Amino acid sequence: MLSYASAINEALLQEMERDNRVIIYGIDVADHKRTFATNADIVERFGPERCFSTPLSEDALMGFGIGAALSGLRPINVHMRVDFTLLTINQLANMASSYRYGSGGKFSVPLVVRTIVGRGWGQAYQHSKTLHSFFGHIPGLKVVVPTTPYDAKGLMISAIRDNNPVIVIEHRWLYYQTGVVPASPYTIDLGKANVLRKGKDITIIATSWLNAEALKASEILAKRGIEVEIVDPRSVYPLDEKTLIASVKKTGRCIVADNDWSYAGFGAELAARISYACFDSLRAPVDRLGFAHVPCPTTRVLENAFYPNAGNMIRLVEQQLNLKPMDLTHEQFFSYENKFKGPF
Amino acid sequence: MLIGVIFMRKKLNIELYKKLFLIRSAETAIIAHYQEDEMKTPMHMSMGGEAISVGVCFALGDRGAVYGTYRSHALYLSMTGETDAFFGELYGRATGVARGKAGSMHLSAPEHGFMGASAIVGSTIPLAVGSAFASRMLKTKKIAAVFFGDGAVDEGVFWESLNLACVMRLPVVFVYEDNGLAVHATDSERHGYQSIGRIVGNFDCKVFASRTTDVEKIYELSRRAITHAERKQMPVFLHFQYYRYLEHVGVNEDFGAGYRDRAEFLVWRRKDPVLVQRRKLISLGISEAVLMGMEKRIDRQVSSSIVRAQKAPFPKVGELTNHIFSE
Repeated sequence: MLSYASAINEALLQEMERDNRVIIYGIDVADHKRTFATNADIVERFGPERCFSTPLSEDALMGFGIGAALSGLRPINVHMRVDFTLLTINQLANMASSYRYGSGGKFSVPLVVRTIVGRGWGQAYQHSKTLHSFFGHIPGLKVVVPTTPYDAKGLMISAIRDNNPVIVIEHRWLYYQTGVVPASPYTIDLGKANVLRKGKDITIIATSWLNAEALKASEILAKRGIEVEIVDPRSVYPLDEKTLIASVKKTGRCIVADNDWSYAGFGAELAARISYACFDSLRAPVDRLGFAHVPCPTTRVLENAFYPNAGNMIRLVEQQLNLKPMDLTHEQFFSYENKFKGPF
Repeated sequence: MLIGVIFMRKKLNIELYKKLFLIRSAETAIIAHYQEDEMKTPMHMSMGGEAISVGVCFALGDRGAVYGTYRSHALYLSMTGETDAFFGELYGRATGVARGKAGSMHLSAPEHGFMGASAIVGSTIPLAVGSAFASRMLKTKKIAAVFFGDGAVDEGVFWESLNLACVMRLPVVFVYEDNGLAVHATDSERHGYQSIGRIVGNFDCKVFASRTTDVEKIYELSRRAITHAERKQMPVFLHFQYYRYLEHVGVNEDFGAGYRDRAEFLVWRRKDPVLVQRRKLISLGISEAVLMGMEKRIDRQVSSSIVRAQKAPFPKVGELTNHIFSE
């Protein structure tokens, strides 16, 4: 058993051992905290040339990674919050994504961007964005959103070995989740969905943290005899449509729960594709859950209303199945604040 | 010994002239053919600034890993000397540098050390810093150089990259091609300081500056700068001034637009880099006949490349989805 954070660390250590072209850099990656310990032991084992903290120059540092990647290295650029990567968008959307295409296939850009979603304890509107929809919109970028510790390690290794720019969007709350993680290196193909839970009554397609909420919702619904199937796409691009469609064709019902803003988001893309491909099998319109279309507020009462949760999922399932709302007052929902006291 | 030196200098100057003339010939041909509307790509002409690309690239030799801008005809031709793929690209043909996907603004030739260009001002500057780092780590002996114009130093990424190269002690060659204009805005409208050289010189970066259009002098200065960068393991900043003969984008003069005066151009035109070098060759004892033979061969290379490009096929439609990702 390993935590999600340790699984990432293990992937990094093993890949740096395997391939001396891999380097890790970014703001404070080599400080005493080592990016929430995901970069632990790397400087000690591989030295400051292969793992180093940088000036606060996100824009130039993304370009630095592209140049290094074009010149034979396999850089990993780390950003402690997804929001910070907005300072790098020119380099990602104008340069990294199109460098190969614009050269007629002469260049490749084996670059990994690791970035972390914050949530809770006052993260607010500049430390909580997920932006996977935004990155997924740009051709030439691969976007990975790992949920389980097993996925975190396997997808990270695949991202590092991939010859293209891959953005890995980790979730801070998932860092403490534990699960079975094989000790030896392994890869998970980018663009392969994972059926997290099997069920016959309804499909919930969830991303990132919302898989944890979906699992909670399905446990509660199981007590009523409702079997939810949970499918995690694991990557926004490339997308494993087949697995998603097969699940919805089987259950005939679908909720898309995307850990991002709903409006014009990845969830909308999924809902459109599922609705089209499963039109004859669907017994109800595809429902969508996502962030409220506002900047994320700080105070907990408003923040709780901003994020979708297991309770919202249960209500949507009940509506789709024409069931009366069940009494949820005695259910234990996930409340991270119960065990976390901040600051990040 | 002295004869050897004179011979070497003559040889060098002939090679420098051939490159200058190739660029001038190629761009003259672009001007002649552009109105046929077959080269459907926004032309940002190098005319007037050729000596900078040629001089710096000669100093880099085959160790250069260079990055450019959307105004990179001179840089591409300096690095490659070839015109078939160049015109193929301008004509949008399958034979082009990038099979027509790049056009004039995104030229590249990694096999010759030209690592790419960008139509977003300043965007390739940090890439050169990354290349210099890779060169050091992988011990490839490559020298990373980046060419950028007067608008790029207004961008934050220039200062971020300069600082990064200094703090990491990376021998990046920053080549500032200063024509005093960003599109149509003059430096006094954009720069809240007197001397960029003094500011950059306060970083751990040595500044080399010149207003010369003599390609040999640019070559010599660049060599000194590169030697300094490598010996000290620190970046260098080469500040060269030149005059942009033509409009920002397009193949015409634009002195009627009112933002600059033709009189300025005429002053610079007297020290046109191609003419200066031609006169020098004559003073070094190269005959007019030899020069004309050389020029004729280059003009013929250019015109036959244009014919080949015009006859070349367009890329197949299936090419649309090729080369997004590498296997």
